Amino acid sequence: MRGMNIYNARRRSNTVSVVLYYSAAIFGIAWLVLILFALLREGFGSLSLAVFTQSTPPPGSAGGLLNAIVGSLIMTGLGVLIGAPIGLLAGTYLAEYGRGTPLASIVRFINDILLSAPSIVIGLFIYEIMVAPMGHFSGIAGAVALAVIVVPVVVRTTEDMLTLVPGALREAGSALGMPRALVINRIAYRAAKAGLITGMLLAVARISGETAPLLFTALNNQFFQANLNEPMPSLPVVIFQFALSPYKDWQKLAWAGALLITLAVLALSIMARVLGSRKATQ
Amino acid sequence: MADVVVESGRLSYTGTGERARALRSLRLRDVVFHGLTLSAAVGVLILLGGVILALILGSIPSIKAFGFGFITSQTWNPVTDQYGALPSIYGTLVTSAIAMIFAVPVGLGIAIFLTELSPPKLKRPIGIAVELLAGIPSIIYGIWGLFIFAPFLQDHVEPALINVFGPIPGLSTLFAGPPYGIGVLTSGIVLAIMVLPYISSISRDVFETVPPVLKEAAYGVGCTTSEVVTKVVIPYSRAGVIGGAMLALGRALGETMAVTFVIGNADRISGSLLAPGTTISAKIANEFTEAVGDLYTSSLIELGLILFVITFIVLAIARYMLMRIERKGRV
Repeated sequence: MRGMNIYNARRRSNTVSVVLYYSAAIFGIAWLVLILFALLREGFGSLSLAVFTQSTPPPGSAGGLLNAIVGSLIMTGLGVLIGAPIGLLAGTYLAEYGRGTPLASIVRFINDILLSAPSIVIGLFIYEIMVAPMGHFSGIAGAVALAVIVVPVVVRTTEDMLTLVPGALREAGSALGMPRALVINRIAYRAAKAGLITGMLLAVARISGETAPLLFTALNNQFFQANLNEPMPSLPVVIFQFALSPYKDWQKLAWAGALLITLAVLALSIMARVLGSRKATQ
Repeated sequence: MADVVVESGRLSYTGTGERARALRSLRLRDVVFHGLTLSAAVGVLILLGGVILALILGSIPSIKAFGFGFITSQTWNPVTDQYGALPSIYGTLVTSAIAMIFAVPVGLGIAIFLTELSPPKLKRPIGIAVELLAGIPSIIYGIWGLFIFAPFLQDHVEPALINVFGPIPGLSTLFAGPPYGIGVLTSGIVLAIMVLPYISSISRDVFETVPPVLKEAAYGVGCTTSEVVTKVVIPYSRAGVIGGAMLALGRALGETMAVTFVIGNADRISGSLLAPGTTISAKIANEFTEAVGDLYTSSLIELGLILFVITFIVLAIARYMLMRIERKGRV
């Protein structure tokens, strides 16, 4: 009789917890779906051809996001161009030359912290070392701030991907008498190519929505600007400014920009994932 | 080795002199490449050192002017050049605490659902969706919070909270005041939604390190699902779960955009969660470009330094915990 009671109590408590787990999952995922849904509705409602062909308007009139889109592309591209090689080399050190050394563990630890460090602090850092000495905000400062965010992402993925390359491949190269640099360049990099590209794509996805580090490095610019020495507009900063404004036209453009960024980030992440999984099935 | 060189077509193999030269150039390349990778790795350390150094140098005027009182003062007055960090630090800690209270249980729930309960067909798509959502930029959460979530809270949730908790002593101060929509509670919830994907994807990965044999053994002696989760899975992966939660906390503390939109930017400490407040990151984002005068700028940089120190400690603990579970998984 007593045993039956315990059995029933355990069953009841199990049912309760399982229901709780299920509802947590549904509850959590529902919020995320709600956000995406709102974004799609508002974003597509505000999207028009003018968004891609006109520059950001003065308060109270219609316009587009062309200058911000171009600015974002320039700074993101430059940021990856500066940050990715450094990250690739540092990641190579961690996975190849420095594997198992104390220096490598310290660098790995510090890199992991940089990976989630508050991006607004990176903005302050670049302000201190570039904007203040130069005396003005500039697109190049924005690109460098983004590069600082790219480095830890690429270091992490490069190390992970190179570690996955079987040691036997390297040993085969070494047995032929290839020096380390050739083994890495000709064998390890080639074997890990898809993974390395995945890392770059993730880095682009990561910085294409970054706002905080651009606020006081690249600042903003109402006009089209391709000169890296001048303040440069970017989609995230324009969204920030327009969304908090009282003008309906600006708010609509902010939604359109938010949708564009999200679509870009999702596309990049999915591309990275497809590349990564194709590699895994080989 | 010489054969490699010949094959690559850069040198033709003619004699021992050529061969020696080829060997030397290969050795040189190796040394150069080793040096390059090493300096890039050291560069990562210098980067962190540079960030800390730049922040410290930038905050010297403010540290000189206010000393330790900066952290305990509530005044923030650009007109009289008096600055204090307490309201921002308070806002940062409270919004992150609210975020954790909501996000940790729900995030763990999603992770448990994915590893233990989900039908195999749903496992992959939901897992991928959660991971994709972790990559959505925070500004998206911010704009959603401002235009959709805050008005919803203002119209439907906050009046109800005030009505329900108003008569209860203690809770009445926590939920006092007019429903603004934006404020500390709203920021906390938006942060919670933002860090939710991080917590669930990390905890799922951590739960998957639990050896199936342990779970099967528990099921074998007649344990229920909830007993397996609470007595086998979570104890085994506790360090990793704590590490994942700390990692999310680090994100929440330093998050700028999701908060700046909905915090309301009020420089005071209010007992009510419904009142507007501010956080360190929101304050920097809102005021830095408008800051005139060295002391104003320097005070904002010192805020950044405080934020960096707090997140550094939290993230270091997180990484330490996650490293422990990684080592366990490898054995």
